[in-house]
Amino acid sequence: MLRIEDLSKSFGGVAATNNVSVHFPKGSLSAVIGPNGAGKTTFFNLITGAFRPDKGRILLDGQDIAGFSPPEIVRRGIGRAFQIARIFPTLTVHDAILGAVQAHTGQHTVMSRRFPLAETEDRATHVMDLVGLTPKAHTLSRNLSHGDQKLLDIALALVLEPRVLLLDEPTAGMGPEERWTMIDTVHRMWEQERMTLIFIEHDMSIVFKIAQRITVLSYGRVLAEGTPEEIRRHPEVIKAYLGDEFEAAHA
Amino acid sequence: MGNRSSLARDCLIALVAFLVLAALPYIFPSRGFTDFVVRLAAFGIFATSLNLLVGYSGMESFGHGLYFGLGCYSFALIMQNFAVPIPVAFLLTIALSVAVALVVGAICVNLSEIYFAFLTLAFQMLLHSLIIAWTPITGGDQGLTGGIPRPPFLGVRLDDYYHLYLFSAGLLILCLLAMYHIVQSPFGYTLRMIRDNASRAPFLGISVFRVRLMAYIIAGAFGAIGGMIMSLFVSGAFPDFAYWTVSGEGIFMIMLGGITAFLGPVVGAAIFLLLNDMVTKLTTHYGIVLGAVILLFALGLRKGLLDFIVDHWRDRQQSALAAEGRTASSPPSAKPVSAGE
Repeated sequence: MLRIEDLSKSFGGVAATNNVSVHFPKGSLSAVIGPNGAGKTTFFNLITGAFRPDKGRILLDGQDIAGFSPPEIVRRGIGRAFQIARIFPTLTVHDAILGAVQAHTGQHTVMSRRFPLAETEDRATHVMDLVGLTPKAHTLSRNLSHGDQKLLDIALALVLEPRVLLLDEPTAGMGPEERWTMIDTVHRMWEQERMTLIFIEHDMSIVFKIAQRITVLSYGRVLAEGTPEEIRRHPEVIKAYLGDEFEAAHA
Repeated sequence: MGNRSSLARDCLIALVAFLVLAALPYIFPSRGFTDFVVRLAAFGIFATSLNLLVGYSGMESFGHGLYFGLGCYSFALIMQNFAVPIPVAFLLTIALSVAVALVVGAICVNLSEIYFAFLTLAFQMLLHSLIIAWTPITGGDQGLTGGIPRPPFLGVRLDDYYHLYLFSAGLLILCLLAMYHIVQSPFGYTLRMIRDNASRAPFLGISVFRVRLMAYIIAGAFGAIGGMIMSLFVSGAFPDFAYWTVSGEGIFMIMLGGITAFLGPVVGAAIFLLLNDMVTKLTTHYGIVLGAVILLFALGLRKGLLDFIVDHWRDRQQSALAAEGRTASSPPSAKPVSAGE
């Protein structure tokens, strides 16, 4: 499905991503973890075309998309939501999602008709229902709560019917209760839409609860990769990241 | 959203507006009034086209006067040098503006704000320098004099001031209708998305460069129509119409009238022209008065007049709704769902 081979990117002398090779099978739910500065977001930026890799290949169903522009990559089926919600402040939730739908269907430069296009309504309604934003449909995006802004950001990516969806810390900045609501939503949409979902997360209880596979990054390299069980027992990971306390707690 | 209008309804409103404008000279039979409306048409179209960039797309062009000047000179030169009907000269001028906007836009639209602002300004000054320097063609700093031939077309005789008035008013209404349609189209909402968050749009599959370039070209074409009306009004073309001050005036008009309400720039153009006419009668220190008024709007109202009125009206409606809700049945803690800021 999505196969990363020898992906590298340096900024100045710093290797933010260093010979990373990972495979994300079709329909899998994977987590990318690692300490701050491990290169998790850079990894996402490379996959989505925000940065051009120095070397390496990004194979989506066998096609190398390394070096493509973000719109080209989006059109090939990789969607993305951001660590800090990137939304459209002056648009209502409904309008923003309709805007994303028309971009997805390639109708965003249509001038002969009026917004919204009738044929985009169904998809917009479906996605709003899926993430639970329907009650806020007519709220201006900038007036949404932090959690709802994150949901809207994810909804915008979902509109594109991505085959691969990348979520950069979907629970960042949320309280404990809000986190689990968000994770339930993420899990539900993964089940319903049957996409390959990759998320970055700091909360280990969340990661070990829902992820099928975990990739651990450290200093731009893949430190370990495997099922939650394998990662839990991986000596390098315990030493570098999870710490002795974690080992003690889960022994 | 129930308040979205249909094209049919907007056409009807436009028709009524045109009929009202057509009748007005019979109520105010003064040359001053018709002249005012012709100038308002020129600057109203120009300022609204600039607001397509500034207000709807988040592209602060400081050089939109390029298209006003280009429209003016191109139209006047074509009419003086070639025996073509006025509509043909109109279309040729629009085609020329589109071509120029395509080149200038391709260079400028992906630049960040301040570079976009100044490079567009630089291109405008390039045109101005060209006009000043190329005396045999453009008349240099004297401008294009000698009048513009106005062969009648389809029963329209533009040497008649009432015909020119109707023609300009009709163009104003038509251009506003067209631009309103554009900002209410799927394309118009894509512009708002890019204005709101240009870094998010590419991840939805939107080519920001392409959409911005399209907006820039459309704005340029409409800006040129404003220039053509001006050229007909003064029966010539003058370097001042291509000078940077025209761009500045466009920005002033938007500030005076409002950036959010679609008709804000037209209201702003009206305020600007009225101020101009009244103040220049009283004093030669026009700039001081204008500056003071702009400051008053910027610091006092903090927005243009029409935006101020619309927001005020909306707030009143919302508080009325909230009050109604309280007296009816909802608990006192209920908040309006989408209270603006």
